[in-house]
Amino acid sequence: MTLFEYLLILLGMGAVTYLPRLLPLLFLTRWELPRWLVEWLELIPVAILAALLAPALLVDGKSLSVDFTRADFIVAIPTFLFAYRVRSLGGTVVVGMAIYWLYGKVV
Amino acid sequence: MASQVDSWGEALKRGVAAGWPICLGYLPIGMALGVLAEKSGLDPLRMGLMSVLVFAGSAQFIGVAMLEGGASPLSIIVTTFVVNFRHFLMSSALAVPLAGVDKRFLSLFAYGVTDESFGVNMTRYREGGWSHRAALVVHHVANTTWIIATVAGAVVGTLIPKGAFGIDYALAGMFIALLVMQLHGRIYIVTGVIAGVVAVMWRVFIPGDSYIVGAAVVAATIGFYLRRRSRGVCHKAEALEDGCR
Repeated sequence: MTLFEYLLILLGMGAVTYLPRLLPLLFLTRWELPRWLVEWLELIPVAILAALLAPALLVDGKSLSVDFTRADFIVAIPTFLFAYRVRSLGGTVVVGMAIYWLYGKVV
Repeated sequence: MASQVDSWGEALKRGVAAGWPICLGYLPIGMALGVLAEKSGLDPLRMGLMSVLVFAGSAQFIGVAMLEGGASPLSIIVTTFVVNFRHFLMSSALAVPLAGVDKRFLSLFAYGVTDESFGVNMTRYREGGWSHRAALVVHHVANTTWIIATVAGAVVGTLIPKGAFGIDYALAGMFIALLVMQLHGRIYIVTGVIAGVVAVMWRVFIPGDSYIVGAAVVAATIGFYLRRRSRGVCHKAEALEDGCR
């Protein structure tokens, strides 16, 4: 593939990545949003974060089965408790990494 | 969700302070992508161009695999669209704190909307006192790290040994903390639990990446109606008002 052909593919990939990120921002920031939409959008962050995180922790990517013994999930329990108690983003990242690392050494 | 205006210097400081966990998490993943790209015949220049033009982690992994497999350009572009469509939902939610901001800023801002920056910025906006400039800095320190990590991976291979210091868990740890910070009350906990359960089942039974958008929309909608209903009950029995939020 020539660099030019490759660039054309990238431009297509870039456009379909950028436009869905841009259009809601351009339009929804201009309109007076109805109350119900604002209330619904308020719940989107927690819903998206949980929808990203839960399968990443619990589902084995190859066999697509739920596995409660995955290191990612087991380490998540103390990490979650730490985050809940301390409410620190950076602290949770460091503590989560440390537990994951130790878990890998022990198990 | 009141926001404030920072000087660019102040925004840089606050943005880096908020965004460093993203950068830490991007290093091993970006380098792994660079290594993979190099193995599938993409030189560092092509890797860098992709990270600049298509700033999107998982879509880039899929894109590299499809390029190597000789997929048609159209199928690569359509797949990228589907994989990244979840950002449509994120930008919609970001439109609430960014209401009234000028179009030029938004055009630049939109470039950096990712799962990670969305989580960090929404949490900060919700806490109050976050600035649009600091939010933009989060986007661009994350993007810069991503470009450097992917190109470095393609040039020298990964510098991070497998499992070193648990760095592979940096993003998971960050998402756990962000999720906890989103739990502002019972309805948020209920919505999060529904989203998690639905997403796991959706991921197992339905092929592809639709589980993120699908589970988020289902859970937010159920949560929305549950909150409306409990409010309705509260209007009828105002004596119970304390329990109605």
